[in-house]
Amino acid sequence: MSAEAVVSVRGVTKVFGKGGVTALKDIDLDVAQGDFVSLIGPSGCGKSTLLRIVGDITEPTSGDVTVNGKSARRAREDRDYGIVFQAPVLFDWRTVAKNIALPLEMQRWDRGRRQARVAEMLDLVELTGFEKLYPWQLSGGMQQRVSIARALAFAPPLLLMDEPFGALDEMTRERLNLELLRIWSETGSTVVFVTHSISEAVFLSTRVAVMSPRPGRVSALIGIDLPQPRTVETREQPRFFELVTEVREALHATGADEVEEQLAAEGPE
Amino acid sequence: MTSATFAHGRPSPGRRLLGWFREWLPAFVVIAIGLVTWQWVLPDVLGIQRFLLPRFSAVAQTFWDERTALWSAGWFTFKEALGGWAIGSGLAFVSALVLARWRPLGRALMPYAVAANAIPIIAFAPITNAWFGTFSPRSKMAVAAVLCFFPVLVNSLRGLTSVRPESIELMRSYAASEASTFRRVRIPNSLPFVFSGLKVASVLAMIGAIVGDYFGGSIEALGIQIRSSVGLSQFEYAWAAILVASILGLLFYGVISLAEHFALRWHPSSRRIE
Repeated sequence: MSAEAVVSVRGVTKVFGKGGVTALKDIDLDVAQGDFVSLIGPSGCGKSTLLRIVGDITEPTSGDVTVNGKSARRAREDRDYGIVFQAPVLFDWRTVAKNIALPLEMQRWDRGRRQARVAEMLDLVELTGFEKLYPWQLSGGMQQRVSIARALAFAPPLLLMDEPFGALDEMTRERLNLELLRIWSETGSTVVFVTHSISEAVFLSTRVAVMSPRPGRVSALIGIDLPQPRTVETREQPRFFELVTEVREALHATGADEVEEQLAAEGPE
Repeated sequence: MTSATFAHGRPSPGRRLLGWFREWLPAFVVIAIGLVTWQWVLPDVLGIQRFLLPRFSAVAQTFWDERTALWSAGWFTFKEALGGWAIGSGLAFVSALVLARWRPLGRALMPYAVAANAIPIIAFAPITNAWFGTFSPRSKMAVAAVLCFFPVLVNSLRGLTSVRPESIELMRSYAASEASTFRRVRIPNSLPFVFSGLKVASVLAMIGAIVGDYFGGSIEALGIQIRSSVGLSQFEYAWAAILVASILGLLFYGVISLAEHFALRWHPSSRRIE
């Protein structure tokens, strides 16, 4: 692992509205080349907001974000990252193949190269044979795999994932977790991953950033020393459970429970 | 898992014909009852006079005997409707693009567009005669175009702007230009809405052209022929002309629906409910 930080967040604060809610306060975070960092925390802790600030989709109120040594804006314009949202966000009017080819089209790859790359990506997410189907013809898990293939198609050095498996059932989720790790090790990319599942965060990550809510802060950084590559058995190792407990306790220490109750009392966001 | 998961086995042609027949049987029964009522029940049982509604057989006879005159008049008026539809819908879509691109402009102008829509546009038909000439098809096209404008504008604008925020964020992550976002996201997203607008507009265009004819115009026009045949007590001819107008209106609507079907194959609504 090189010491060169792919993502460097310095003193980032985000306030929504004029004098409104402070979503993030003084966040510092470094993500090294090849790292898989999960941001975990209760709803309302600003983990998605932080991811969006790294991707220059939202602007911070103050502080600096550097991606590959450039400003976040410059990195976005250079297409340094691929993004996966909780919803697949596929375009209904494009077939699976054309959805995956979208970023390649935007980067003016020629047709032949595009097709070759799409075939490669379909193979990677195990959807070969589905290229001519439209999104509505796929299950939720398959749609999310297409969206991952699309994010990876142009081999971005950084992958930003905002609860990509949050809407899927447990079985599909565990399978896609394994698939994601395989892709991560094959492509050697750097991942920033937002989740609210403790076991998912521990299973996937090299480091877990535990965030506390209101205002959002990184309250603990936990290194995950489980051996690579991780397999189905990883989830059964004692060390896995120790780490899950460690993350859970770090989350409890943030006072997340109280905020959860408070949020529940306030009703849906 | 292969794509075979989605391919349903096709039933045999005989069963398909039977299924088709079953599906349409209620519609056939309704039309049969309607025609029997028109032909016999209304004139013989209820004593409805010829000037109120001539017998179906008499209308059908005229529809056949006068087919050349009727269809040539129909075609004349249909061209007025088509021209107006194309101009009105085209301008509306371009306006929607402009208003969607510059939202403050849209917010400033839309209240007036909504207010303008409340004006009974058909009242302007005599005015368009004054502007473009009573005997010119352009005056009828103008009425049709104005009628088509609003539904296409509103539907297109909604389609262009009701895009999920994540789609726009995704395009932003690709550093996409505004033009590229329109081309790749907003315009395709708007198509189902645009087609709804175009279908409504096709009906309005026929109404606009025929009502436009009523206020004067060439004797070749269908609207003029309906008006003058009623004046000459040729009720069978008037009803036959109305039938021609209805058939053309349905065909117009049907062609747009067909185009929609092919253009929106990707749309989840194309999923067969079985």
